[in-house]
Amino acid sequence: MSRQLTRFTGLQRLLHWLMAVCIVAMLFIGIGMVSTTAPRYVPLLETHKTLGAVILLLALLRLGVRLVRGAPPLPASLPPLMRLGAILSHYALYALMIAMPLIGWAMLSAGDYPIVLYGGIRLPAILPQSDTLHTLLRSAHHWLALAFFALILLHLAAALFHALVRRDGVFEAMSPLPSRRGKH
Amino acid sequence: MVEPPMSPSRSFFASCVLIAVVVAAGAGAFAYTAGWLSPNRLTPAKLVDVLAPPGGPALGYRRNHAKGICFTGVFDSNGKGADLSVAQVFAPGSYPVVGRFNLATPSPNAADATVRVRGLGLQITTPDGGVWRSAMIDPPFFPVATPQAFYELQKASHSKDPEAMKSVVAAHPEIAAFGKWATTTPWTSSYAEDPYNGLNAFLFVDRAGVARAVRWSLRPVAEPVPIAPDELAKRGPNYLEQEITQRVAAAPQRWTMTVTVAESGDVTADPSKAWPAERRIVEVGTLVVQRIEAEADGPCREINFDPTILPKGISVSDDPFPAARSAAYARSYDRRTAEAKHYPRTSGSPKQ
Repeated sequence: MSRQLTRFTGLQRLLHWLMAVCIVAMLFIGIGMVSTTAPRYVPLLETHKTLGAVILLLALLRLGVRLVRGAPPLPASLPPLMRLGAILSHYALYALMIAMPLIGWAMLSAGDYPIVLYGGIRLPAILPQSDTLHTLLRSAHHWLALAFFALILLHLAAALFHALVRRDGVFEAMSPLPSRRGKH
Repeated sequence: MVEPPMSPSRSFFASCVLIAVVVAAGAGAFAYTAGWLSPNRLTPAKLVDVLAPPGGPALGYRRNHAKGICFTGVFDSNGKGADLSVAQVFAPGSYPVVGRFNLATPSPNAADATVRVRGLGLQITTPDGGVWRSAMIDPPFFPVATPQAFYELQKASHSKDPEAMKSVVAAHPEIAAFGKWATTTPWTSSYAEDPYNGLNAFLFVDRAGVARAVRWSLRPVAEPVPIAPDELAKRGPNYLEQEITQRVAAAPQRWTMTVTVAESGDVTADPSKAWPAERRIVEVGTLVVQRIEAEADGPCREINFDPTILPKGISVSDDPFPAARSAAYARSYDRRTAEAKHYPRTSGSPKQ
């Protein structure tokens, strides 16, 4: 049997932390812009759309890398319930990373809004105008965003729990810092 | 590689507190950003809610300018705007238009003669994919200087307290000028005889990358014929829609689009202040309205005439209104599309 990985690869860790910054910024920009009528609404909306497109591309790349390179195994000492939580939450995080930009894109399409990103880059509509679809997608975008943020807080709490309490190497597997053992 | 768990209870407790603090800080920052901790923030929801008449909003309709009729036509650009902006809409040519004549009222059933302000929503599309949307009204300046003042004015206008309006007018003296316009400017009996003004300042960016603050207007080619509001009332509550339908069926109706260029020192952040009359005015083309369609089955109902939807070569300025309008229009659009079942579609409508 080949040597088991103890950490995610450098590319995977880079993608994780880069996307962490993008997604957290994205959720704050989103919830902030829909609650303001200040002039910053216009640049926030443009940034939100642009960052959404970037996150979609990064998420697809990341999914591909994950499928090819896999992930280090969870420690054998992990209780079954925590193991299940870890697996399910990772599926949910991947699903949201990919679905949220697509829902936003589809929602704007269904609202007959031109989709213009930073630098004047235009995306085509992926749906025809539809009141029903716009409403459905607008609600989904809102509630899934709140669920996404809650899941990220849970993910953060779990990561810190692994790092500070269990000290079982799970946090180190995705740590942005080089391994203390000099491996990877 | 699994390190032995360290389990002194003090370290465990401290770790849990630290985790709780980190999570609470994240949740708190999110709640603050969402405005959940700032009840005084002027949110899009507040701005939309305040427009509702006492009986509540008309479900399925725009939250303001609820009464309207669709038109299609073209914008014939004469090329003179091309020195001001690289937007393709100013290159000589003819570009398709979808628009909407409307009355500034939250009630889709308001009688024409009860609504002082009329508007025109416009969308011009160009072959390069550029989309320019604008929502204009017939007064030559806006009643108030800031979105916050607009909110207070709307609130006062629905208030039962007779002092409410007086105190808003006292706090925002610019409203008086609008009152003078509203009471002294003759009414017309046709959408085709009214001017429509963008009022907000935008930036036009030219080939050299130079940005200039501008405001745009549509000036009617048709000669305005004054009419007293009570005379207009006698013609029926929906006369304006009947009139424009017949008029356009008989002949296309035209407006000259003008662009007024600011000079240094002109205030761009306050649409209640008109710029001096001697400013350079460039006639950039003609809006030709060729066909009228009822809103229920027309092509304008689905469009949010958000004034921040601009082609390359036009951008927002420091005028605070386009952003506030964009945020509020989006909320209005979200609500009315969610209420679409309340909107009376005529039979045979292709859209569900």
